[in-house]
Amino acid sequence: MNAEAKEKLILLVDDDEDFLLQTRMALEAAGYKVAPAPGLKEAEALLSEQRPDLVVADLMMEYMDAGFVLCHRVKKRDSTIPVILVTAVTSETGMEFEGTGEDRSWIKADAILTKPVRAEQLKREVHRLLEG
Amino acid sequence: MEALRVLVVDDELGMRVGASRVLERYTVPVPELSTELRFEVDLAESGEAALEKLAQTPPDILLLDHKLPGMTGLEVLERLAADGLEVLTVMITAYATLETAVTATKRGAFDFLAKPFTPDELRATISKASKHVALQRQARRHNEEKRRIKFEFVRVLAHELKAPLAAVEGYLLALQERALGEELRAYDPMVERSLVRLSGMRKLVVDLLDMTRLESGQKKREMEQLDVREIALHAIETVRAESEKRRLAVTLHAEGPVPFIADRGEVELVLNNLVTNAVKYNRDGGQVGIHLELADGALRVRVSDTGIGLTPEEIGRLFNDFVRIKNEKTRSISGSGLGLSTVKKVAELYGGEAKVESQYGVGSTFEVTLGSGR
Repeated sequence: MNAEAKEKLILLVDDDEDFLLQTRMALEAAGYKVAPAPGLKEAEALLSEQRPDLVVADLMMEYMDAGFVLCHRVKKRDSTIPVILVTAVTSETGMEFEGTGEDRSWIKADAILTKPVRAEQLKREVHRLLEG
Repeated sequence: MEALRVLVVDDELGMRVGASRVLERYTVPVPELSTELRFEVDLAESGEAALEKLAQTPPDILLLDHKLPGMTGLEVLERLAADGLEVLTVMITAYATLETAVTATKRGAFDFLAKPFTPDELRATISKASKHVALQRQARRHNEEKRRIKFEFVRVLAHELKAPLAAVEGYLLALQERALGEELRAYDPMVERSLVRLSGMRKLVVDLLDMTRLESGQKKREMEQLDVREIALHAIETVRAESEKRRLAVTLHAEGPVPFIADRGEVELVLNNLVTNAVKYNRDGGQVGIHLELADGALRVRVSDTGIGLTPEEIGRLFNDFVRIKNEKTRSISGSGLGLSTVKKVAELYGGEAKVESQYGVGSTFEVTLGSGR
């Protein structure tokens, strides 16, 4: 377990109860503190009270691009907080987010992961954004 | 206004000019498609020239003279068939011999026009041919749309089946890795969630079968004398555990038996879906009212709740396949998204309808009317 990681707080937002529970377990096992939120509202309530060190959010929640909205709000509050967007969109709608940094500059996320997300992959991204 | 392209093939200049003059000023109304057809005319003086034009941009209608200087009209038809080009063809024949007619028909000609013909005769023939083309086009568009809908359905279905699989897989992996240590009890919430997801998946498969049976038309429908009140009571019984747990008052308003001739399974499907929804989407301590009425041989089922209600935008989508209204109030409620769309299909089978009136945050009333069946 990483000693540094212990103090880091991750805000985890997804309306999929199972993804929330499973991801929370994986991140806690890696030594992070996790604040779970089942939706945009809850996430914003949490954001107004504390400053997470990183945010992991699903793209499609209450509405199609709720994740982008949240992303925008996080960056407005503090642009140094890294955001990881998780989405099943690419594999299911054929919508592509790949490409050069310029192409996706309109997306405020620091990383985009496609569901199903392997725990190892998520932990690697979190570690890269927090310590790297 | 839709334009059809006509290629006129004749070696006589007067014929080509005459035909194009008539057709360019002619329109054909197609009331079935609520449209009107007009014509863009192209000309060719020989079979060879026609084939060249046909290869580049095939017209919708080919007006083809049989007796041409080089290759004959019949030979042009033959080449078209060999090249797999399908163009609706009207053969122009100077003297309509039976033999030419039979051969032309065999090679796919749609109609004949005997020379000399009057402008009216040309218009009548083109009117018939163009309507045929327009209706064919419409049928093709319709089939494509059906294919697209089917494809979209399968795509969403695959997603709905994959999601619970992924969830259960995630829990099993956590168990395999002993993510929470050796104490088995620690995994209880995961086992509980896995069972919830699996039961949701089972419900989806059952709903899917209900719907498929209904849509295929292969299910044997057995029309029998039913007492709808009895079916409603049974639907209430099915949700009793849940409604008691959440202190819901479920009331059936029906004075005595409600006799109606219909297929039992279909009526059960309607009542079970409406009553289950009224319980699922209610607030704790709320009310569910079920009204059964007979009027003019039709059955009207009204189920009202004091639940979360719907916005007008949500009502617009509600009866479509796989639509589940997503918001923080529905987040923890599971469903396949096929229930109401299937209820609507049943209603339509009986020449009836399914509709909803709702006030956001106050409650909804679903009303399903069943006519006397097919």
